[in-house]
Amino acid sequence: MRLLGYIIRRLIQMTPALIGITLFAFLLIQLIPGDPVQIMTGGRASPETIAATREKFGLDRPLHIQYLIFLRNLSRGDLGISITQRGAPITHLVGDRLGPSAFLLTYSALMAVGLAIPLAMYSAQHAEQPIDHAIRIGGMVTLSMPSFWLALLLILLFGLVLDWLPMAGWGEGFFGHLKFLFLPSLAIALYLAPMLIQSLRASLLDVMQADYIEAARAKGLSPTRVMLKHVLRNGLIPTVTILAVNVGWLIGGAVVIETVFSIPGLGRLLVQSVVYRDYPTVQGLTLVFGVLVMGINLLADVSYAIIDPRVVYE
Amino acid sequence: MSVKAQRLTLIEARKAQVVGRRLRAWPLSLKLGIFIVGVVTLAGVFAPLLTPYDPIVGDFTDTLQPPSWKHPFGTDNFGRDILSRVLYGARIDLQIGFLTTYVPLTYGLALGALAGYVGGWFDSILMRLVDIAIAFPFMVLIIVILAILGPGIVNMYIAVFSVGWSMYARLARADMLVIREQEYILAAKALGYGPLRIIFRHALPNLIGSSLVFSMADFVLNILLAATLSFFGMGVQPPAPEWGAIVSDGRDWLLQAWWISTLPGIAIIITGLGLSLIGDGLSRIIGQRDVEAR
Repeated sequence: MRLLGYIIRRLIQMTPALIGITLFAFLLIQLIPGDPVQIMTGGRASPETIAATREKFGLDRPLHIQYLIFLRNLSRGDLGISITQRGAPITHLVGDRLGPSAFLLTYSALMAVGLAIPLAMYSAQHAEQPIDHAIRIGGMVTLSMPSFWLALLLILLFGLVLDWLPMAGWGEGFFGHLKFLFLPSLAIALYLAPMLIQSLRASLLDVMQADYIEAARAKGLSPTRVMLKHVLRNGLIPTVTILAVNVGWLIGGAVVIETVFSIPGLGRLLVQSVVYRDYPTVQGLTLVFGVLVMGINLLADVSYAIIDPRVVYE
Repeated sequence: MSVKAQRLTLIEARKAQVVGRRLRAWPLSLKLGIFIVGVVTLAGVFAPLLTPYDPIVGDFTDTLQPPSWKHPFGTDNFGRDILSRVLYGARIDLQIGFLTTYVPLTYGLALGALAGYVGGWFDSILMRLVDIAIAFPFMVLIIVILAILGPGIVNMYIAVFSVGWSMYARLARADMLVIREQEYILAAKALGYGPLRIIFRHALPNLIGSSLVFSMADFVLNILLAATLSFFGMGVQPPAPEWGAIVSDGRDWLLQAWWISTLPGIAIIITGLGLSLIGDGLSRIIGQRDVEAR
């Protein structure tokens, strides 16, 4: 019950930002030079369509009424109509593209965590020793790599030269996705992992100094056992938050990677819509991305509260 | 030499000694980082002296040449020397990175510090704005703003300037909430100093540290952002030799001419590594100072 109260409290806290996101997306279209109806209908629409669109979005009405109509359409799941995709509803486009993006994000996050845990443990155990510095500097290098560049390099090496892995698309079926999205996920994971390592290393070092670890050692447990069962368990908790904090970063990376690897996800749709000046789709995607980030953050907060119940009582 | 002059030289010598010791106490990463960024900066500044080739106009009799003594980084499909383009690119990328980091830093810091100090409606409004800016993935927000404004370097500046301040405002505000309660601020208040003087003369020097450390990481990210946008054709427009744009030039020649896309990427990594090392060193110095203060 307390947890439910916590969730509701967090939702109320998020409301202003949510309203802000819709307001930003709404005003976006207003900022485009020219007549928004012409832009929304793609400029070649018949007078009837133009009139219908004007009517539907109430573009002859005052701005605040237009915003309310926009919100009303939104609550019905109506994000408007795409210009380029033969007038497809944007909600459908987003629905179609959500799968590849979600798969890619999960895949790369798991890969990053899988890379980060052993390296962070090793770093923490050998803090301030050469191997720790090497891991840190290695992290600085991968963080400085442009992701589009890394993606091209992976395509060149594993796709063109060695011909081991596919270079574009996302494949058929679960295992097809695993295969096709391996390189794209690796490209994202390589630049997410250093951030995870940094925070995980710090939290592991903190835990290693706690009294209960001293107690575990005094009990005569082997160092490996102490590290795995006591230190890692407690040190991992903040990783959930770190992942959530970086989700915007992760999505930004996915936008680039999806485009380079031609993965039919939300990010590629965004870049394509920008290139083709499909403003309604850009507007819809802005909303989707904003809500996605907030939703994932809420999810992380809640799971954090489940792992560590002290949060709820604050 | 009079006694006074002698004492002055003694003081000067002592000062030099202290500065020398401080310099030696600098972490290795800081020195290394400054060296790397220094070399990249000089390479950009002296690009015309370092290379005989024009970065924009190519030689059509010399296209797609692999790396050689004549062209250490090879040439592209227009016969342009890639090394020259990378060297001139240092000017563009460092300038964009610097401006898109430190211009938003100044007003982000000022706004955040002010909000943390005065609180009230100003604080609430500013923090709601920050919440909205942070709710979007940064890359998505910049791309969307560029979609509305249109591509190009000026619009890229406008986009980053209108969003990039939010993290600094958040950092400065959080620090200010702590500093506000410190005794020296109370003392400044008791002396009758106005809020602006207290914020900018007394609090700011103490909260600038975390922003400076963060700014090095931000600098790297902003260079990557500019390169990414140019790669997609939304940022710096061809034929300007921006690093990301050069990588993009080589996209269609990956197998025939790998050097066009790969080598400019290494320039980005080296610059990023240098900046990250400076950030690492700075955070060590500032962390140390905090420990000493306790």
